[in-house]
Amino acid sequence: MSEVHRGVKPTLLELAVTFNHIALASFGGGLSAWSREVIVVEKNWMAEEEFLSAITMCRILPGANQVNLAVFVGAKFRGVPGAIAASIGLSFVPVLIILGLGYAYFQYHQVPALQSVLHGAAAAAVALTLAMAIKTGRKCLNGIVPLLLFAAIFAMNGLLRWHLLPCLALLAPLSLVWGWPKTKKQ
Amino acid sequence: MSAKTLLQILLLFSSLSLLSIGGGNTVLPEMHHKSVVDYQWLTDSQFADVFAISQAAPGPSILIVTLIGYKAGLAAGGEFMGIAGAILATVAMMVPAGLLVYFVVQFWERAKNSSVRRAIEKGFAPLTVGLVLASGYVMSRAADQDWRAYLLTGVCTLIFVFTKINPLVVVAVAGFLGWLGLV
Repeated sequence: MSEVHRGVKPTLLELAVTFNHIALASFGGGLSAWSREVIVVEKNWMAEEEFLSAITMCRILPGANQVNLAVFVGAKFRGVPGAIAASIGLSFVPVLIILGLGYAYFQYHQVPALQSVLHGAAAAAVALTLAMAIKTGRKCLNGIVPLLLFAAIFAMNGLLRWHLLPCLALLAPLSLVWGWPKTKKQ
Repeated sequence: MSAKTLLQILLLFSSLSLLSIGGGNTVLPEMHHKSVVDYQWLTDSQFADVFAISQAAPGPSILIVTLIGYKAGLAAGGEFMGIAGAILATVAMMVPAGLLVYFVVQFWERAKNSSVRRAIEKGFAPLTVGLVLASGYVMSRAADQDWRAYLLTGVCTLIFVFTKINPLVVVAVAGFLGWLGLV
């Protein structure tokens, strides 16, 4: 990955425009996968591992995960103004859209007929999420321990539908012990 | 009357913001109870419809609070109050949790090259991949209702993994197939 590009700080406008793009692209779902496509692949603002740990921290912290991620990325580059720019970028246009839909719903008691379009788009959004798991997994599931951690949390959260917190309470300490740097070199 | 409603919106959503550990969905039951039973801003079925709209619309699904705030304001004082309620609910839901994230980022940037940060970055990666796969799995159970939708998801996954085609094009084509009634 090009470290060079990562040295460049995005401007406030760039943050707002980028998160607006992510929000609008996620029509049908898959916001996390879209965030990765844009932030890691397209813009190269964060390295893969930093991004992955950021989205898990944003899930643990209270608040909507995607808003948290916008605050995280915005604040990382531009402090408080950056956090505000990214959150407004993420939510301003979607708020206008949802208010339009809400107006139509409460006024005419029906939602504009988008159901069938959404049905197809949702199938693709699921695919983008699955593809993100495959693409990131190929990079970081490179040993028996990470594979076991991955499989365990998928089984607990996905198959057994446990809440996020008990899953992490059990597995996060193990993963931190595994991830702790063993030597002080580098 | 309407000032009281705005105050209720502010207090409800700013407290839910800090309670929503693990994501906005975790406070939906509490949000439902307060807005339907306690404050009676919306009916049960309106809450369900508003939930569906917020899931379908682009952007963070937490924007369900925008619609709840809108309806609360609407009932208290008409269209203008509705917009005020919507904005207030959205801001109240985002700011308290956002502040917390902001402080974590401060720590995070200062902890560059520390053992803690390296342990989190390395250790959380496999967990995140597992959680992403889990959410893809759960989403597919909800979104894909028959073999054609599963097939479309499968084909799109292969395209995303093995080609460099812009995902937006793929989502648009899939939406078009849905519009044609093929999925």
